[in-house]
Amino acid sequence: MIYESSPLAVLIFCLFVSFTLGLSFWLGRKAKSSEGYFAAHGQIPWFVNGVAFAGDYLSAASFLGICGMIAFYGYDGFLYSIGYLAGWIVALFVVAEPMKKLGRFTFADALDSRFNSSGIKLAAGISTLVVSVFYLIPQMVGAGALVTPLLGFDHWQGVVMVGAVVILIVVTAGMVSTTWVQFLKGAMLVVFSAVLTWMILQRGLRVSDGGADGHRFASLRVTHADFTDSDSVLGGVQDVEQLTGDDGWEKAKEKFVRLRNRVTGEVSVWLARRNGDSEQADWLLSEAQTLTKTADGKTLVNGKPKGKKKGEPELHPVGYLTELPGGVQETGPLSFLGFFRTLQDSRVVLWRNEKLVHGDGSQTTVFYQQVTSGSQVLRPGEHPTFRGIRSSKPTDRINFVSLMLALFCGTASLPHILIRYYTVKDAGSARKSTIVGIASIGFFYVLTFYLGLGAMTSGQLDVSDENMSAPLLARGMNTWLFAAISAIAFTTVLGTVSGLILAAAGAVAHDLLGSVLKLQMSDTEKVRVAKMSSVLIGAVAIVLGILFQKMNPTFLVGWAFSVAASANLPSLVMILFWPRVTKQGIVAAILVGMVSSLTWILLSGEAYSKVYGLDAATAIVPFSQPGILTIPLGFLTLVVVSLLTPKPVSSVQ
Amino acid sequence: MKSGSSRYGLVLFAVYLLFYGGFVALNAIAPESMEVTILLGLNVAVVYGFALIFGAVLLSAVYGFLCGDASRSRNVEGVRQ
Repeated sequence: MIYESSPLAVLIFCLFVSFTLGLSFWLGRKAKSSEGYFAAHGQIPWFVNGVAFAGDYLSAASFLGICGMIAFYGYDGFLYSIGYLAGWIVALFVVAEPMKKLGRFTFADALDSRFNSSGIKLAAGISTLVVSVFYLIPQMVGAGALVTPLLGFDHWQGVVMVGAVVILIVVTAGMVSTTWVQFLKGAMLVVFSAVLTWMILQRGLRVSDGGADGHRFASLRVTHADFTDSDSVLGGVQDVEQLTGDDGWEKAKEKFVRLRNRVTGEVSVWLARRNGDSEQADWLLSEAQTLTKTADGKTLVNGKPKGKKKGEPELHPVGYLTELPGGVQETGPLSFLGFFRTLQDSRVVLWRNEKLVHGDGSQTTVFYQQVTSGSQVLRPGEHPTFRGIRSSKPTDRINFVSLMLALFCGTASLPHILIRYYTVKDAGSARKSTIVGIASIGFFYVLTFYLGLGAMTSGQLDVSDENMSAPLLARGMNTWLFAAISAIAFTTVLGTVSGLILAAAGAVAHDLLGSVLKLQMSDTEKVRVAKMSSVLIGAVAIVLGILFQKMNPTFLVGWAFSVAASANLPSLVMILFWPRVTKQGIVAAILVGMVSSLTWILLSGEAYSKVYGLDAATAIVPFSQPGILTIPLGFLTLVVVSLLTPKPVSSVQ
Repeated sequence: MKSGSSRYGLVLFAVYLLFYGGFVALNAIAPESMEVTILLGLNVAVVYGFALIFGAVLLSAVYGFLCGDASRSRNVEGVRQ
């Protein structure tokens, strides 16, 4: 799609970012010491900290990734909402209060509270860096996806801009400003998402045969079976001929038919499906869309050079219903539950895609229609990640269980979430702020279901970019809302990325340099080193955000959760509940959990297909999500190594 | 880790773990059951999904109430001593 920037959206966006930066500079005056820089002096009120939890946690993956996945695949995106929230139960009931009691600046402090071991600081510091960088990639990808429609920039420009602003925030004021940015962002994200949900329900559902640009997608019924007779293919339409299925088209898994208009020379692509099970059944051709990257770097849309402004060739927006219950064309306003009941009995046009490689090296992505019943949209198992639950292969189901386990265990193991327990004054405040966080995050995740399904039926979807579903939904409502939602979503990225960079910088300055290398640093020097680390980590995040442009943020975050849960959770839990744990056990558990989960991910089918561009079937490991093996492996390693090493002299009960 | 709040926490954690585990197991073992309409015209997937989210919020509120209660009791004991 062609994204043109709106002056109003740009104005609101600039005001938002200016306010955020102004706040950072103002609050920066209070963060000169390491206590202030890393932990905001432990003086953040618990309610503010609770909403800041939401601001920290509700990342690009939650807002853009989940909404996008629901918009394109239905219920499956909501599985992430469920898993992400469930993880907070572990954080509240198991980790929150002890973390506050045992630690000071980083989660390595809590792990090391009994031992004063540089080994633990080293392992936990490395793990923090790895998890933070893994988590940073999807945030930066989300940033690029947001800036494209808002400011009309390229993806890489958006990523660089976010990186620069975040580095500025973290360098100026540390945890104090990060907390307030996260508080503002968390509060506004929830409020504006609620407004958007209300508007979706007021709009209701309506039947259409095309998206918001007015293009109507055509269908042709064909009686001839082998497509050799062009007149038959066209159902009587003249002056069109069928092109032969070669040059990569013959390898397509779906049956595509290409028709060329003899007069204009235009080529259209159609998906051919039998209209029934019998061999004599008619064929139904439904109009598809194509996006071609030529060998010399040009982009073609439906065979023509991609336009740069409205009216020129672009992919048509999609997202519509073909049928509503009772044969009505429009429902009018719907209730919270009536929305699901109506959708369940409707038929939705979802869009799928297939990539084809041609002889000259060019690549065509064919986007084609898939009419789907509403009941199918509201059940799990449509997205490739979750399709395995309907598979006959046990490993596919294990993959699902493994992902849900990683989501459950991952939240309480994320370094940037754990450090937020040090910004309040005591354990009671840590508990209360977690409860506020759960209420805010839970409410938001309920809204994601409405936002995603609202986008699915909005006529605004960009078939080539599911991450843009929520902002485009807002744009379809009105420009003000789009500007506000985009600015909030941008701040969403700022809030989460600030927290991640701060956690990583703390690991470098406090854990690795201060405790492992024993560098004698004054308080001011420690803060300076943390700021320099922030710049470096921010630069790495920018590069990775550009490299991983095409990956869904939710998918990448799933990996970060697996690594965090495998590396950090066993030690965090066992230090609290098992007096026999030793420092060697903790170090071994962190390293084994981290290395095993990372290795598994890099050898998985998903990495093969989505990162290396190889056939997923040739992957070495049998399923992609490592948590079900590597989390227990972390626990096992900790227990075995602890039992094989001398008892700690003293233990904290 | 032997305080009243941690005991409450572990019990509530076990309750939610069973609830969440049931959802994951149902999806993995009998995914077709998620399509069955069970309540107010909604299917199991939607009802169970929302129940898990609202259940988490509810349990956390219960935990906050219990811990607040326990902490008040400790304070009263402290004043008496």
